[in-house]
Amino acid sequence: MLGPGVAWYVAVAACLFGVGALGVLVRRNPLIVLLSLELMLNGGNLALIALSRHWHNGAGQIFALAVMAVAASEVCVGLGLVVALNRRRLSLDVDTLSELRG
Amino acid sequence: MLAVSAGDALVWAVWVIAAFSCLGAGVAVVSFANPFYSALALIGNLASLAVMYLLLNAEFVAAAQVLVYAGAVVVMFLFVIAYVGPRREPPWSGGPSWQTVGAVGAAGALLVEIVVAVGLQATGSLAHDGRVGAAFGTPAWVGRVFLVDHLLAFEITSIVLLVAAVGGVILGSHTRRLDAAAAQPARREPQRGVEAVR
Repeated sequence: MLGPGVAWYVAVAACLFGVGALGVLVRRNPLIVLLSLELMLNGGNLALIALSRHWHNGAGQIFALAVMAVAASEVCVGLGLVVALNRRRLSLDVDTLSELRG
Repeated sequence: MLAVSAGDALVWAVWVIAAFSCLGAGVAVVSFANPFYSALALIGNLASLAVMYLLLNAEFVAAAQVLVYAGAVVVMFLFVIAYVGPRREPPWSGGPSWQTVGAVGAAGALLVEIVVAVGLQATGSLAHDGRVGAAFGTPAWVGRVFLVDHLLAFEITSIVLLVAAVGGVILGSHTRRLDAAAAQPARREPQRGVEAVR
């Protein structure tokens, strides 16, 4: 395998997951929370594909494609929620949407 | 191992550029105040990730990544951002509250946990490299693996997408009750007043 070893790819994937987690936890705009969630899913995907290459096993790539489909579903439902919030004139701030807080 | 060929150096260079632009675009997604720019930065992140997938012999996944994410997901994000209007929300507005500090600490703890878990599990076993066949990662190979070995996962994925599409339509559609409620300004006024105070 030319270039860097799989460990480098896994390190980038871990950093990407950490950046995405930071965005999910810090940002208050639900749209940016969803975008950061995409970053986390992409970090997971990169690790899956790197380890699939490492073990010569196709299941990792298949799982990455399934993760992509789940990400598309999540965006579909999440953006539907954002549109519904906007239609009810609720503020787009995840800190103020606390009616379901236990 | 010591003899570094020209191809090896080239792949290293491409990897370094892709990795840094990937992480830089990720930081940009998190730190832009305007969600529109965040969505545009996500495209850069996805493109550099696709380059890394190509370096890992995953041609089909790289193409699917560009098509699905840059072609569909980001476009949908941009539509919704244009619909709700760009609201600027600087990420560090209002100074460091205890919530922000806790969130940064939690994210850092998560990163440390991942690094420790991977490092403990993978000491040495990630070092050896190997060659894969020429068919690894091609569309024909992925299709055979997906539709022969993992047919159930394929079908479940399609059901998940169908359910999500139905849910998105239900969440985004006008219901008569909601339209009637929105048409009565008397009942909406107090809530709007609260909104304005906030």
